[in-house]
Amino acid sequence: MHVIESGNVAAATGVKLARTQVIAAYPITPQTPLTEKLSEFVEGGELPAEYIPVESEHSAMAVCIASSTAGARSFTATSANGLLYMNEQLHWAAGSRLPIVMCVANRGVGAPWTVWNDHQDTVSQRDLGWIQLYCADHQQIHDTVIKAFKLAETVSIPVMVCYDGYLLSHTYMPFDQPEQEQVDAFLPPFAPEHFLNPEAPRNFNTVTLPDVRPDIHGNTAPGYMEIRKTLHSDLRGAIGEIEKIDGEFGEIFGRGGEPFVEPYRCDDADYVAFCMGSLSYQVRDVVDAMREEGTKVGVMGLKVYRPFPDVAVRDALAKCKGVIVLEKALSYGNQGALFADVKSALFSAETRPFVHNYIVGLGGREIKTEHLYDALTESINNEAAIGDEPQWVGLKM
Amino acid sequence: MSKEEFCNMISISEPGPGDGGNTGSWRVLRPVLDATKCIPAKTGKPSCFNCWLYCPDGVVTKTIPPTIDYTYCKGCGICAEECPSGAITMVDEASFTKEEK
Amino acid sequence: MDNAKKTTILNLTDDELVNPGNRACSGCGLGIVYRTALKALGKDTVLAVPPSCLTVLQGLYPVAATKLPCVNVTFASTAAAATGVRAAMRATGRDHLNVVAFAGDGGTGDIGIQALSGACERGEDIIYICYDNEAYMNTGVQRSGTTPKGVMTTTTPIKGKLQHKKDVPSIIAAHGIDYVATASAAYPLDLYDKVKKAAAMKGGTRYIHVHTPCPPGWGFDTRYTIKVGKMSVATGLFDLYEIVNGEFSLTGESAKRVGKERTPIAEYFKTQRRFKGLTQEIIDEMQAIIDDKWAAYTA
Repeated sequence: MHVIESGNVAAATGVKLARTQVIAAYPITPQTPLTEKLSEFVEGGELPAEYIPVESEHSAMAVCIASSTAGARSFTATSANGLLYMNEQLHWAAGSRLPIVMCVANRGVGAPWTVWNDHQDTVSQRDLGWIQLYCADHQQIHDTVIKAFKLAETVSIPVMVCYDGYLLSHTYMPFDQPEQEQVDAFLPPFAPEHFLNPEAPRNFNTVTLPDVRPDIHGNTAPGYMEIRKTLHSDLRGAIGEIEKIDGEFGEIFGRGGEPFVEPYRCDDADYVAFCMGSLSYQVRDVVDAMREEGTKVGVMGLKVYRPFPDVAVRDALAKCKGVIVLEKALSYGNQGALFADVKSALFSAETRPFVHNYIVGLGGREIKTEHLYDALTESINNEAAIGDEPQWVGLKM
Repeated sequence: MSKEEFCNMISISEPGPGDGGNTGSWRVLRPVLDATKCIPAKTGKPSCFNCWLYCPDGVVTKTIPPTIDYTYCKGCGICAEECPSGAITMVDEASFTKEEK
Repeated sequence: MDNAKKTTILNLTDDELVNPGNRACSGCGLGIVYRTALKALGKDTVLAVPPSCLTVLQGLYPVAATKLPCVNVTFASTAAAATGVRAAMRATGRDHLNVVAFAGDGGTGDIGIQALSGACERGEDIIYICYDNEAYMNTGVQRSGTTPKGVMTTTTPIKGKLQHKKDVPSIIAAHGIDYVATASAAYPLDLYDKVKKAAAMKGGTRYIHVHTPCPPGWGFDTRYTIKVGKMSVATGLFDLYEIVNGEFSLTGESAKRVGKERTPIAEYFKTQRRFKGLTQEIIDEMQAIIDDKWAAYTA
């Protein structure tokens, strides 16, 4: 069914089609219409889920952690300061290997207060052990939410589905909404092996000692370090699962084939602009303009940020002369976060392109296409002069 | 994924005694029950059972007479304090250790 | 409470849902509270537990002292976690199970109060049991909101706590939930009956606040846990009561004390080293507060 709806509603209908069982959410701009739509679905009877209007985001994730441990498919959504308020719970969800799905309508973080879009909220959470997926349009939002539940439940790792606040959450685009039967064929019911069950009582997420210890059967049980290593290994292994699930999705829904990066005119590109979210589509206009002038430029949107698909990124970029990373976040005191990850992936390549770092759009600062054009031009023409320091696009003072 | 795999992924505990080891080793004083003073033992009927009720560790049995699991009894002395007939006395643990040797 | 329904030692079940050999301190009041409460709840129960003495009692990975399914959660989130468990039980057709949050005074009245208030306001179908040992005992006896005035703790080491004990049951009662009760480790049969009653009142939020003496934290010999707990009730300092659908009534030993003499509070203070810094001024203040409170009961 073809619909025209907002990004938030694209997400909400994905949650509904995934037959989510427990939803707990706290309103925060620009996520609010998503939670409002879900409560409409639940109260109207379209979605037979438990909807808990919690009193904070920390509690929203607490509800999801507990309900997921009890064996119910669970979802929440938030933005910016709400995400940060639940920070300890995010670590908890990853460490307790729960297949929770959360949408984040990306927004800048305070202080100073902002309600407008950038990626600092989720990018600052890249070390948690969550899978982080970024969407560039409404179809991707809708599809990624559905895929996220399957991925989370396959690898037992929570998944964050990120999309730009306002730029995607509040704008309207056409997209295809599949039938419930198709989604049911793709996503079976959540049936965990271990869950809170008086017939087989277990104590979940108990205190671990630094060293290993025997269990009640005399077998050695892992210590904290082994459990954490398993999270990391499984997160790296999820790269393979992401590709597999993308393939399965494609077979049923006819969309897919680019699980990690979305390239535009990159096949013969000397220079590639690299970014996440809706920005990559805006950069396409710049690519087209520069191509007209004879510069072989392409743009690549990264869809999977964690686990970082270093092999796919290296394969895609190593043969270029230059990579221009455009991002809406940074690792304060060092460099752009995505920039550092890209450089790291390219480090082991036999020949390496130059990599430049451009910070754009913080706190919703308008990203003018002509400024992006200037940035790319400057980067390509003044390569040596631009080092590792982040370059800032769109400053006014 | 197998059950073993999942159990290595998170800290999930199975019920069993002795998480703190043989906590009887904590004892400085050991409760000793004198059946000649114990009310259920003397009457042969279920009665009193204060020691069973108040034991924080559940190591006293609700039997006639009550028995104490010395593997886990921590020697707190609540049973002795709450026994209405003075049937339980707290005895220096060191004297038992010598005997057991 | 209806006398006919009181449980006695003889008819109290000897099924144990807690394994021995756990890491609770010798003489731990929580040991009695936990053992007794679980008997009342029975096998069809799921627990949510934050960091607290109970976490340690329940055991370190991979051995569990608890014979019930339990989820350990972050400190502030106990009531929200219980909410999540209940939601999942409804969603998966297991709504008959008891869902019980079991937290200390800090995890209830301080860091945990936001989630608890939210759960009460929403009328979540959970039982919340707070064991109040009047400080952050698990981390080494730091002051909490429910630490009484004048008490020495490791964070009030010289002057003693300057503020009065936070009246958490009253705060919870103000939410208008179905059932609020106070109980004591020293009166386990009363606690058992209250937990049983709460479990039967399914559908809304039920809260039980249990006074829990702590030998190392309060400074008394381990054998006196019950005696100390009983004396707190005998002085009229800690009162056993129920508020059922908004109606208040004293219960058990507290009900029996109406119109009778109470033990002077100074006697209670003498039994525990944590009160050693109490000035006569504070003792007099406390006696007056208790006297006024009891005058109001009979007014």
